[in-house]
Amino acid sequence: MSEAATATVPAAAPVRPANKVEPFLRMDRMPTVWCPGCGIGTVVNGLAQALERCKLDLDKVAIVSGIGCTGRVAGYVRLDSFHTTHGRPIPFATGLKLANPELKVIVVSGDGDLTAIGGNHFIHAARRNIDMTVICVNNHTYGMTGGQVTPTTPPPAIASTTPYGAYEDPFNLQFLADACGAVYCARWTVAHVRQLAKAIEEALQKRGFSFVEAISPCPTLYARRNRLGEGVDALKYYEEKSVVKHGAPTREVGIGFQSEIAVGKFVDRERATLIEAMNERYSKAVRGYVPYPTGHKPRK
Amino acid sequence: MANDTAQVPAPAPAAKKPRKVFGLIYVERDRCKGCTFCVEFCPPKCLGMSEDFNAKGYHVPMLTAPDDCTGCNLCGLYCPDFAIYGWMRKAGKETP
Amino acid sequence: MKADPRGVLTGTHFMDGDHSCCEGALAAGCRFAAGYPITPSTEVVERISGRLPEMGGMFLQMEDELASSIAIQGAAWAGAKTLTVTSGPGFSLMMEHIGLAAMTETPCVYVDVQRGGPSTGLPTMPAQQDMMQAKWGSHGDYGIIAVCPNSPQECFDLTILAFNLAEQYRVPALVMMDEVVGHMIERVVIPEADRIEVVPRRYTQKKPGEYLPFRPGHDLVPDIVKAGDGYRLHVTGLTHDERGYPAMNVPAQEKLVRRLVDKIRLNAEKICRTEESGLDDAEVVVVSYGITSRIAQRSIELARARGVKVGSLRLLVAWPFPEHRIKALAGRVKAFVVPELNFGQMALEVERVAAGRSRTVCVGHAGGSVHDPKTIADAIVEAAR
Repeated sequence: MSEAATATVPAAAPVRPANKVEPFLRMDRMPTVWCPGCGIGTVVNGLAQALERCKLDLDKVAIVSGIGCTGRVAGYVRLDSFHTTHGRPIPFATGLKLANPELKVIVVSGDGDLTAIGGNHFIHAARRNIDMTVICVNNHTYGMTGGQVTPTTPPPAIASTTPYGAYEDPFNLQFLADACGAVYCARWTVAHVRQLAKAIEEALQKRGFSFVEAISPCPTLYARRNRLGEGVDALKYYEEKSVVKHGAPTREVGIGFQSEIAVGKFVDRERATLIEAMNERYSKAVRGYVPYPTGHKPRK
Repeated sequence: MANDTAQVPAPAPAAKKPRKVFGLIYVERDRCKGCTFCVEFCPPKCLGMSEDFNAKGYHVPMLTAPDDCTGCNLCGLYCPDFAIYGWMRKAGKETP
Repeated sequence: MKADPRGVLTGTHFMDGDHSCCEGALAAGCRFAAGYPITPSTEVVERISGRLPEMGGMFLQMEDELASSIAIQGAAWAGAKTLTVTSGPGFSLMMEHIGLAAMTETPCVYVDVQRGGPSTGLPTMPAQQDMMQAKWGSHGDYGIIAVCPNSPQECFDLTILAFNLAEQYRVPALVMMDEVVGHMIERVVIPEADRIEVVPRRYTQKKPGEYLPFRPGHDLVPDIVKAGDGYRLHVTGLTHDERGYPAMNVPAQEKLVRRLVDKIRLNAEKICRTEESGLDDAEVVVVSYGITSRIAQRSIELARARGVKVGSLRLLVAWPFPEHRIKALAGRVKAFVVPELNFGQMALEVERVAAGRSRTVCVGHAGGSVHDPKTIADAIVEAAR
């Protein structure tokens, strides 16, 4: 019977490799402003891993964020990054992409920023199928300003502006994005780090408006007001109550208060992007039209 | 004679292959905010929070069962503060 | 630098101000525009939506003015010269983003074809009621540049000037037209491309790592870069340091905001453009701009015929305000007469700068039409007493 369950470990401390995520970050700005147990940093890890796997030229990747806790992501990633106004990263990203289609444009913002004040821009960019990836960190609250209700806050959760409990039906963001024409819609929680990174990777490689929703805790406000424990407790709830339902009809994947969370990839389809549609129309109507560059890599 | 299994000598256990890959972690102590995501989601459950605390007053993770660490870096993927990461190291090698 | 011939519609045209503004933008090198329809500005983007695809540019009608006013900034950071167009109600919606452009020092052009306000007001009729809003409309302290064409020809020329000043000072530049100038049809001469000067974007010579996006040059203006060139820059609307990183503290605020204001204020004499006549022996000086300056010309003739020595100071650039010109005249003339299609906006500036050394007479108007020249002439004669 062999006793060699372990071989000899060298006595001297080995050379430590660098943390693979650091080249993606503005290390001179660490530590982050995010609370202990906030999941936004975990989403950033997923984004870093996805960028690495996609082997994109990082000089050509631009990240645009709005205002809020998730909005601070733009300041921490070491890419051309734009921290714009509340609700408006999507139209800024639209201008950035259309003026230089070679850029890979990623919008990272929160549920309130993207679907309350930014709702109009969200639905039109999806409708137009502008070639960009939108990562929505959904923590069901406006964290930065102290935990107000958002369009995704599930009743009867307490928020600072719904002190008696929310009573509005929330958005089902997967359904919204699907209905507006997004070509890729997926949802994971920050407990599903590998799947989240994979979904972001797929979304980045998808041509058109791709939407990844990342359910994340807000321990300081949403969780505390609703007595849901710390960030790690939220992750345990996500792990316990998430059900993988790839391809489920998006109208059925709404999230209620501490309910089951349907995760997975719900939409993955093909549709002409804005520039493709424009080129198609103009090549028929504009004499001597030179097609506008799409920035797409050739389809396999 | 149905219960005669006790008479059959137990087969010799299969020789265990020597373990070649180990994991190590590194914690950037003063960046950690003590959220315990890493401890909770470590698959071999080899992490625990320290008794002492860092400059900001947070307890930080440490290997409580270092031999069990596989270097999978799931702790690194979970960490919202980029304060911990793991790597695989082959036995007998100084560098990974 | 000379204009790109692809954007220059050389020739003699019979064209309205909105259309000329579009041609001026194209001549200046504008290759991206975003907009939302609003009377009386819509024709600018209607024309540009047809012209830009002919020269490799792009126009997108956005879902609202909020989107238009920031889409152009995204395009600017991708390297394009950009334009959006609106009128009063849309101008109000764009204010937050004009402030963002001022804060992030993004070169871009906003056109306001002014109409009667407030609120929905008189969509098809002129006013000049947004002049103070142009300067102060966004929250916070900052400087902007605003030009005031008074003819379709000037809509062409001053739009080019706005683009050039935006590039030179890394600032949003506004073209303050009005409904009459926008819709009147006159002769517009567009010269050969090599006779049009355009200011190129002031890209830095420094490499990534050496370049600081918000470190100013001697003229208080930083050089710029664009996304995709490896600078990994960070642009934020938060108060920031020279690296562009958020720096929310009092010294950073003092340093940054003071420079944003001084960038325009201390360069005012270089930026200002006026058209002056008859000032040497003037008893009264008429200070006017936009369509009102055309009526004022007639009023000046009428007043001169009644024996008054009247001079004219026309603002081609309204902001920064040409304080140095008013200071030079105040005390030498009996009065400034300021006719405008509002109840006194630029008149307040004249009065402030004159500091009581000459009287300031405002000839106001609620908007909806232009002044009767006799009204202004009477005011001039009265002021000369």
